[in-house]
Amino acid sequence: MTSALTSTRPAVTVDGVSVTFGNAKRGTAVRAVDGVSFNVEKGEIFGVIGESGSGKSTLGRAMVCLLTPSGGTILHDDVNPFTLTRRELNRHRRKYQIVSQDPNAAFDPRMTILQSVMEPLNIAGEGTRAERRARAFAMLDRVALSPELANRYPHELSGGQKQRANIARALMLEPNVIVCDEVVAALDVSIQADMLNLFDRLQKELGLTYVFISHDLRVVSHISDRVAVMYFGKIVEFGPAREVIETPLHPYTEALRSAEPEITALGEARKRIILQGEIPSAINPPSGCRFHTRCPRMRDICRAQEPEQRELLPGRHVACHFAEEMLRESAAEHVGLTDRSVVATTTAPGVLT
Amino acid sequence: MNQLAGATTNGQESLLDIQNLTLSLRDQNGWVEVLNNVSFSVKPREILGVVGESGCGKSMTALSILRLLPPRDSRLGGRIMFNGQNLVDNTESQMSRVRGRHISMIFQEPMSALDPVFTVGHQIEETLMRHFRISKKEARERAVAALDSVGIASPRHVADRYPMSLSGGMRQRVMIAMALVCEPQLLIADEPTTALDVTIQAQIMDLLLDLADRTGTAIMFITHNLGLVAQSCHRMITMYAGQVVESGNVREVIANPRHPYTAGLLSSIPDSRRARGTLPSIPGRVPSLRAMPQGCRFGPRCSHAVPACEQPQRIELAGHREVRCHRWEELQLERVGA
Repeated sequence: MTSALTSTRPAVTVDGVSVTFGNAKRGTAVRAVDGVSFNVEKGEIFGVIGESGSGKSTLGRAMVCLLTPSGGTILHDDVNPFTLTRRELNRHRRKYQIVSQDPNAAFDPRMTILQSVMEPLNIAGEGTRAERRARAFAMLDRVALSPELANRYPHELSGGQKQRANIARALMLEPNVIVCDEVVAALDVSIQADMLNLFDRLQKELGLTYVFISHDLRVVSHISDRVAVMYFGKIVEFGPAREVIETPLHPYTEALRSAEPEITALGEARKRIILQGEIPSAINPPSGCRFHTRCPRMRDICRAQEPEQRELLPGRHVACHFAEEMLRESAAEHVGLTDRSVVATTTAPGVLT
Repeated sequence: MNQLAGATTNGQESLLDIQNLTLSLRDQNGWVEVLNNVSFSVKPREILGVVGESGCGKSMTALSILRLLPPRDSRLGGRIMFNGQNLVDNTESQMSRVRGRHISMIFQEPMSALDPVFTVGHQIEETLMRHFRISKKEARERAVAALDSVGIASPRHVADRYPMSLSGGMRQRVMIAMALVCEPQLLIADEPTTALDVTIQAQIMDLLLDLADRTGTAIMFITHNLGLVAQSCHRMITMYAGQVVESGNVREVIANPRHPYTAGLLSSIPDSRRARGTLPSIPGRVPSLRAMPQGCRFGPRCSHAVPACEQPQRIELAGHREVRCHRWEELQLERVGA
């Protein structure tokens, strides 16, 4: 663990990780996460976007050792937590925390906020009671919860306040990595903005590393340095957040972005891609590319062959047969106005005279 | 999308015209006012967005229109004019002829609105047979046609299924089929897509708008998602702490919000183009019903508050728009996406 301070290894290395539920013999096995690889660098905010059933929460839980992968390896710095003894793991996982969507489910209704926030220290056996109290109050202050709320019970707090307390508790043991699973999904937009600002401030002050899981493209792209887009247990695209959102190279990312209603000053309607159907059954996944059943660009090859993940631009990884085609299209969109008319004539002959 | 170009708030042509609606509810601590002088209208075929944070009275307004609140513990004042009748004065039996037939509603969580022990086909038939004199066989045919119209692939098969065996998106389609099967004049959609994934949300919104257009149904669309309002509504109202604080044409309100609360909601939407940590947020939260500020209800959270804001604010007319803020003319509020 001492090497953690000096090592330049990623905070978390995820290499070919799969998580399977159910029973293969009975034919009910579901690969919720299927051969996923990426690194989370120290001090980075890594976003994971996906719809329900994409495997993003399963991945998040595996990353903090709440689930054991059925294949591949997860390294925390240079430690493989799954080779530790139970006792060692219990010590180790203090540094790898998860904050979940519903703060109501995260708090014991019979404990005050202060008791809940102190609890990790009690379990870890750190400091005297007075020291633990002082540290809990300091942390509540850091997440901007007023001290008079410390002796209240969870039901007396608003959703935003509870989520702050939830974060304070996760921070008590000074974790190396925090997985935030849909932490702002249940909050009103103004409170959500507050929380996102808080996450950013804490990251700067404490040099934290986050894995930020959300279904909300706007939230993830706003907060993250890099994002991974998940569909049906696989990462279909990942790269620098802004680039992925502005010029998606996978049709699923493109559809997600287009489905997100946008506000423009002029109120103009943007052309939207509306995906057909829903995420298919996990027990019987589609052949070839898993997105082909809903993909607007689907061709024969997509049914037959699963696309390889490749690095198309520096740092941008995509798994789609037509990623190069999408790259050319987005390059054409970004050329100057004069060139644009050339593009227009080639795509729509007869429009120009 | 363009029929609203010259719209005015002329009560005569409205389908639904709400004037000075007040609502008080009773709990163990006594009566408390939930809605305060709410006035707005919905025209035939119009899509009206109603936005605001949780606890601002959006859903309470919807429940008041349909008179779905417990009669002993609620008190309504003002007028809700619909088809020449004041719904506030209607008896329960009069209301049961309006609900589902002339005004219907869809909710955020379809599972709580669908009965788990009946098939979805049965539930749609029940709605039809309550309002029309038709045989069970005919009702079944119309129910199947309704399921077909909401894009359900094998409607005859789905009609025999129970709600729990359907996905969230399918359930919401069933709710829409049920709500529109009697071709109501007004549909109240309360956060109909909030529980759904964005790709499914896009499908459902598309479907809802298309069907409403075909059946000539007006929609009162309650949501906290301003993006959806921008994309699908003609007019919008912003509610705050039981009052309407702003109303107007969607494009005008979004391009140029006049009330600081609307502006705050618009600017707190995350955007990848904006630097991290600089999201403007609205400090504080919606006041408790029992501790309403005496003056402007938004005053304690407003960055533009001045001493004169400690007076109660009246609705002021700003062209076709209405704003509950005495400073609307002098304030320079941030435009979005500029």
